[in-house]
Amino acid sequence: MARKITYQQAINEALDQEMARDASVIIMGEDNAGGAGAPGEEDAWGGVLGVTKGLFHKYPGRVLDTPISESGYVGAAVGAACNGLRPVAELMFVDFIGVCFDQIYNQAAKFRYMFGGKAQTPVVIRAMYGAGFRAAAQHSQCLYNMFTHIPGLKVVVPSNPYDAKGLLIQSIRDNDPVIFLEHKVLYTMEGDVPEESYTVPFGEANVVREGDDVTIVAFGRMVNQALLAAAALQKQGIHCEVIDPRTTSPLDEDTILESVEKTGRLVVVDESTPRCSMASDIAGLVAQKAFGALKAPIEPVTAPHVPVPFSDALEDLYVPSPAAVEAAVIRVKEYR
Amino acid sequence: MSAIHTLTMPKWGLSMQEGKVNGWLKKLGDTIAVGEEIVEVESEKIAGAVEASVAGVLRRQSAGEGDVLPVGGLLGIVADADVADAEIDAAVADFMANFTPATGDEEDAGPSPEKIEVGGKKLRYLKLGVGGSERGREVGEPMILIHGFGGDLNNWLFNHAALAVDREVYALDLPGHGESSKDVGEGSLGALAAAVTGFMDAVGIESAHLVGHSMGGAVSLTVAAAAPERVRSLTLIASAGLGEDINGAYIDGFVAAGDRRALKPLLTELFADPALVTRQLVDDMLKYKRLEGVGDALRTLAGSLFENGRQATVLRETAARFGKPVLVIWGADDRIIPAAHAQGLTAPVLVEVLPKQGHMLQMEAANEVNRLIGRFLG
Repeated sequence: MARKITYQQAINEALDQEMARDASVIIMGEDNAGGAGAPGEEDAWGGVLGVTKGLFHKYPGRVLDTPISESGYVGAAVGAACNGLRPVAELMFVDFIGVCFDQIYNQAAKFRYMFGGKAQTPVVIRAMYGAGFRAAAQHSQCLYNMFTHIPGLKVVVPSNPYDAKGLLIQSIRDNDPVIFLEHKVLYTMEGDVPEESYTVPFGEANVVREGDDVTIVAFGRMVNQALLAAAALQKQGIHCEVIDPRTTSPLDEDTILESVEKTGRLVVVDESTPRCSMASDIAGLVAQKAFGALKAPIEPVTAPHVPVPFSDALEDLYVPSPAAVEAAVIRVKEYR
Repeated sequence: MSAIHTLTMPKWGLSMQEGKVNGWLKKLGDTIAVGEEIVEVESEKIAGAVEASVAGVLRRQSAGEGDVLPVGGLLGIVADADVADAEIDAAVADFMANFTPATGDEEDAGPSPEKIEVGGKKLRYLKLGVGGSERGREVGEPMILIHGFGGDLNNWLFNHAALAVDREVYALDLPGHGESSKDVGEGSLGALAAAVTGFMDAVGIESAHLVGHSMGGAVSLTVAAAAPERVRSLTLIASAGLGEDINGAYIDGFVAAGDRRALKPLLTELFADPALVTRQLVDDMLKYKRLEGVGDALRTLAGSLFENGRQATVLRETAARFGKPVLVIWGADDRIIPAAHAQGLTAPVLVEVLPKQGHMLQMEAANEVNRLIGRFLG
C-alpha cells in the first residue's frame, strides 16, 4: 500500500470508482460541474475546492450543476433516491443545512420508518465542515452532533484519506440517508490509500493508537490533534489509547467502553461547541455504562460555546489544540 | 586495533521508521556468539530480536527498555573484552555525532514492490538482492518466497533481506492476496501454481528455489509436480499439502471475520506469542480483507482447498520423490496445520521441527529459519 494520495483525492477516487461501477450514482450540487454548466466553463470548478473535478466529462450527464437553492436540489436528491438513483448531493458548507433541513431530517430520515420499511432512501449528502480556514461564523461550524441526534440518518466523519475513500464508498452503497462530513483542513492530508475499491463499515471504531493509561475519543480532524498529543505524552511516560469512532451514527459503543474499562480515564476531543455535543454524548455513555471503571472525572476538550470567530488569533484559540488535549490527559491522569 | 561493532535499530519493512526497545536479552559484559539474540525491539507492526553478526562482549547498552529509536539508531556496542573503555566511549560519541535519522522520504525507502502482468492479471512482487549476471560474479540461483492463505509478501519481512544476501529473491503476492489481482479462478492449487510459473516467465526466471509457507508450500509442491525442471529445491514451512488435517475453525473464521474483534483472536492462533499480534497487524489484515474481491477470493480458495477442515490435496509423494533437495520446517506448537505432518518424511527430505513455535515461524523464529535455509542451500 505504498501509494499516497490526499484526503481530497481519496474522496474524488471513491466517487469515480462508484460512478464507474453503478450507473445509478449521480452527483448534484452548486458548481460541481463549474460555471453552472455554461459552455467553455464546464468542469471549471468541481465544487468549492475542486473535489469533484474531472468527473463531469468522465460521466456525461451524471454530474449536475444546480441553482443556488439547497432546499431545491437536496429535496430533488432525496426524491431521486426514493425512485432508484443513488444521488450524492454536495452541500458546499454544512452551515447551509438550515435551508434544506426539512428535506433531510423530516423527510429522508423518516421514509423507511413511516412507510413500513418498504421505502429506502439511498442518498448521500456530502458537506465541508470545521474551523481553521478563516471562513468565519457561517462557513466553519462543526455540526455532526445535530445529525447524530436524528434517528434514520447515518453520520460519517472521516479523519484520514484511507477512511475517507472506504467510508464514502460504503455511504454510496448504503440504502439509508448518509451525512458525509469532510473537514476542509484535512483535504491536503496525505496517506496510504489502496488503488482498488474497498469499504470501511459503519459503526466500527478505529483504535488508532493503543495505550493503557488514558482513553482519548476524538472525531474527524480532532483525531489528528489527539495523536499529536498522544505522541508528546508518550515521551512523558503517559500511554494514551486513541479511538476514532469514524461514524457518530451508528456509534461503536463497545470499543469505547472496552477501552475505558482498561484505562479508567477518558478525554473526549470534539470540535463542536460543548452543549449537546458528541463530547457530552460520549461522556454520558461512559458515565452510564462504565461508571465503575472510572478513576477520574471525564474531561471534554471542545470549542467554547460561541460562534467561530473571524479573527485569525481567536479562531486559532477556538479550535481544540494538541496542547489542550495534552493538558486534559495530564489532569485526568493525575486526578486522585 | 580491535574492532568495535555497533548494534543498530533494524529496518523491518518499507514503512518502519522507528522501533521501541522491548528489553535486553543479554546483560552488560555478557560474552556473545554470532547469531545469539541480544535485544528485543518492536516496530509498530511486530516485535523481534536483533542478533549478533559478530562475536564479542556486550560493552554498552546505549538504549534502555521502552526507548524509541529511529531506524539505524544506536542500540549498543559489541567489542572484545580487551578494547579500552575510552575507545568505546569515543566510538559512541563518534556515532552520535554523525548519525542522522532517515527522513522517511521515498528515496530512503530502498526497493519497493512492483507489479507485473501475468496471464492478464496483475501480480505484485518485491525483489531484493542481485543475480549473478548483474553482479558479474558467481552467486546463488534465484529464490521465490510464496506466502500462505490470507498472507502477502510482507510475511517474509524478517527473511527476505537475509536470504537475499547472495542471490536475487522475489517475494510474491499470490492471486487473491496482497495487491495482486483478486481473481483466483477456480481457486485450485493448479491455478495458483500456474500463476507462479507465469510469474517466472514474466520476470525471466528459468528455475528457482521455492520457499513456501503454509498454502504457499502446497503451491510450491504443485509447481514441482507440474514443472520439476523449474524448481531447484523446495523449502516447505508449516506447509499445506503434507497431510489432511487443518484447523477448519481458523480457516472459516478468518474468511468470515469482518472486524477487529472477530479477527484478533484468530490471528493470535497463528503465533506462539500472542503479544505479536499488534494493533497494526490486525489493522493491516482488515485493510486487506476490505478490498473488493478479497472476500470472494478467500471463500473460493477455502472451499476448493480446505473445505470442512480437511485439506483436499495431499502431495507427500511429490515431496518424497522430487529427487532434488527438500527441506521441511515446522513449529512444534503449530495450531493451524499440525507438526505431525512432518513425521514420516524420510531422507532425502530434511525435516526440522522447532520447539515452542507456531504457524508463523518464519516471522517468530526468523533468525533460526533463515539459518536453516542458508545451511540447506549451502
